[in-house]
Amino acid sequence: MPRRLAGADVAIVGLGAAGGIASLPLARAGMKVIGLEAGGWLSPRDFGPDELRNNYRNWPQAVQKAAGEAPTVRATAADRAVQGGHPMMNAVGGTSMHYWAQSWRLNPWDFRVVSATRERYGPGRVPAGSTVEDWPFDHTELEPFYDRVEYAIGVSGQAGNVQGEIDSRGNIFEGPRRRPYPMRPLRASPFTELMGDAARRLGWNPFQGPAAIATEAYDGRPPCQYHGFCNRGGCHLRSKSSTAFTAIPKALETGNLEVVPYARVIRVVTDNDGRVTGVEYLKGNEHFFQPARVVLLASYTYENVRLLLLSASAAFPDGLANHAGQVGRHYLSHHQGAPVTALFDRDLHNWYGLPAQGAAIDEWADDNFDHSGLDFIGGANLWAHTDRRPMSAARMSTFGQTARNWGSDWKAFIMKNADRGNSSYLQKTTLPYEDNYLDLDPEVKDPFGLPVIRITARYHDNELRIARFAQDRMEQWYREAGATRIIRSGLGNAMGASTHAYGGTRMGDNAETNVVDRWGFCHEAPNLGILGASVMGTSGARNPTLTAQALAWRTADYLANNWSAVAE
Amino acid sequence: MAQKNRQRSTSAPAAEPQPASPGRRNLLKGAGLVGAAALGGSGTLIAQQGAEPAQPRIREALEVLTAAEVETLEILCDLLIPSDENGPGAREARAAHYIDRALAGPDAEDLEAFRIGLAAIEDYARRYRGRPFARLIRDRQESILLALQQNKLDGFLPSAGGFFDLLRNHAINGTFCDPYYGGNRDFVGWDMIRYPGVRIGASERDVELGADLPPNHQSAYDYPPYTKTGGNRA
Ligand SMILES: Cc1cc2nc3c(=O)[nH]c(=O)nc-3n(C[C@H](O)[C@H](O)[C@H](O)COP(=O)(O)OP(=O)(O)OC[C@H]3O[C@@H](n4cnc5c(N)ncnc54)[C@H](O)[C@@H]3O)c2cc1C
Repeated sequence: MPRRLAGADVAIVGLGAAGGIASLPLARAGMKVIGLEAGGWLSPRDFGPDELRNNYRNWPQAVQKAAGEAPTVRATAADRAVQGGHPMMNAVGGTSMHYWAQSWRLNPWDFRVVSATRERYGPGRVPAGSTVEDWPFDHTELEPFYDRVEYAIGVSGQAGNVQGEIDSRGNIFEGPRRRPYPMRPLRASPFTELMGDAARRLGWNPFQGPAAIATEAYDGRPPCQYHGFCNRGGCHLRSKSSTAFTAIPKALETGNLEVVPYARVIRVVTDNDGRVTGVEYLKGNEHFFQPARVVLLASYTYENVRLLLLSASAAFPDGLANHAGQVGRHYLSHHQGAPVTALFDRDLHNWYGLPAQGAAIDEWADDNFDHSGLDFIGGANLWAHTDRRPMSAARMSTFGQTARNWGSDWKAFIMKNADRGNSSYLQKTTLPYEDNYLDLDPEVKDPFGLPVIRITARYHDNELRIARFAQDRMEQWYREAGATRIIRSGLGNAMGASTHAYGGTRMGDNAETNVVDRWGFCHEAPNLGILGASVMGTSGARNPTLTAQALAWRTADYLANNWSAVAE
Repeated sequence: MAQKNRQRSTSAPAAEPQPASPGRRNLLKGAGLVGAAALGGSGTLIAQQGAEPAQPRIREALEVLTAAEVETLEILCDLLIPSDENGPGAREARAAHYIDRALAGPDAEDLEAFRIGLAAIEDYARRYRGRPFARLIRDRQESILLALQQNKLDGFLPSAGGFFDLLRNHAINGTFCDPYYGGNRDFVGWDMIRYPGVRIGASERDVELGADLPPNHQSAYDYPPYTKTGGNRA
């Protein structure tokens, strides 16, 4: 029997990018919040500029909970699922500790893929088998929350559309924002300028992308020093605006947030009427029941879905909030693969860059170009960034210029070219489909004997066509910038465990096709809210975190303003 | 067993007398640094002081591999990343030494593949080339490595080609990692590819200079915040 603890107003499961954000408006509104976090506290001293440790030995994320519950993966229901890795972090701050910190808003199109496509191209253009829906609201509804998060944690960037006024130094395709970013963007570098000039020659509009990285002293944190090692290393200065250094400490200051580290939630508990009464968690050898009036699941997409499915009860025999069979459905993971890699005949000066410091092109994303003659919808954001580290540089492709990838010829090649390669990051629209879903693996268990998530998903024709189209554009861009050799990587098929995993608890007004309502609370269990990209029904062509955070803030804000309706 | 090894290899090696010069006090303060310097080549430390270059004192115990295994491994690493007319390679970087330490701890899961693979290479050399691998001429050694990469040999884990990839990965790690780990000794790997070194900040001017920036020959663990005692900045 678990030991019963004193009750809380709100229990947040997971204090990562999304849960960490939600803790702030709730604590400020005076709710007693308990943050149950599977990981512990880390500090900037834990993030030495050490590539072996951060990128090859995966310290610290490899030794943690997530590693023991990595999802299994198969392309289709006819294949056998195989367990792979798990890229996420267990710590206060979650994956916002070591993410790249690109901090994008979605474009307006991403909220209305179905109706916007019909309006512009007529019926029949949404691919068959896709379960995509419009969001229950449009971009303007989320805008105030994007703004709050950008200012609360500190996002740097160049606005492209302030209240309708277009500024071509930023993303001219973004939706109108109420005001500019709180800080200027990360600085340009010789490489981003090279790429920027090339893009302008092509008639495109390059801009420095937005990042949750301070570029000026912000809220007591120092600005980025561009030392590199940002890719899967946390920040040695706290310039990266992880929730561990921004929202969570501020929430703690109110006295209303209690953080319980090393607390592994295993179950959300419901009573016979189907109301959520709290959560069970393990800490060390102890087993606790934490009663709460409202529970917010913020444990990342795979664990959000797994916890719902593991929390079957008399009231919910098929898994919590799953009468409609929608938990695990509408799953998609961003098509981030199929990069284009280029070799230049000059040094690119990228040794001290970071992955969020780059030149972006949005011309070929979303519906920013005419798809009339094309056989797909959506597109890709093209991103040329400056991250480089010695061990990975030594592993660069030799672009067919040496017979072998070892020996004296190879060594001469990397001696000359280690700072001359670049690999693009192409984020592409990915749609949900009927046959892509998450469920519990029937065989593979975590160390506690609980089944892990099984991913059954593959990219469909629409994704593969976008990938080819984006590779063409990226190659064109690199060539214009003077690249002498180009390699295009394969497109892939099965969707592996991803850092950008969406859906599984999709948000929408229709309770038959969605798990949570427009505010983020379960249609079937109204005092259970869900935070994170698992509520998002579309991916857009850019990283999810800022959107997940804006949604988390909005859900928390709604809860604070409608406490009795939700909690009682 | 693996767990025990892991702990052993991650704890700091015993401190040794510090050749402290007042100017470098900050740098030398951490026990982690002394350990790193002792294992990563005290030549580094002395060069940083800008004082009389003394003979570096190198201490390398083999942690899990046998002397014979390491002899084969050194040659393989040297074939992969040779010391040649373009300068030092994996041998000077002490990649094989790095691999021995890695296999004793964090990469213990690869130990069996190395044991089996190194023995299979030795066996192949004796059986088909008539002498120990170490005593074959370089061309012969190279052709064995090529056959390994082309997956033409038997008796490897998970396969000949798979072992080649593992070996190459570890050799690259050992040549280009932070010198704290016992490889990339005296920063030969970083100098090879003109990586100018770990900095905790890079100005616009530094970036413009790119790889022409003078190498600073700093390990992450030369910076006090990341060594074990770096927090006590009293
Ligand atoms: C290397 C890398 C780079 C990335 N770069 C970017 C980027 O540039 N831009 C971007 O937008 N996104 C990026 N992402 C993705 C980004 O990290 C995620 O979108 C974001 O962290 C998701 O937020 P979350 O709160 O849902 O999950 P997380 O931030 O992972 O937080 C989940 C938290 O829940 C805890 N938890 C899990 N299970 C339990 C349990 N059972 N009980 C208690 N606690 C639990 C975990 O320990 C964790 O702290 C990147 C990810 C990686 C790995």
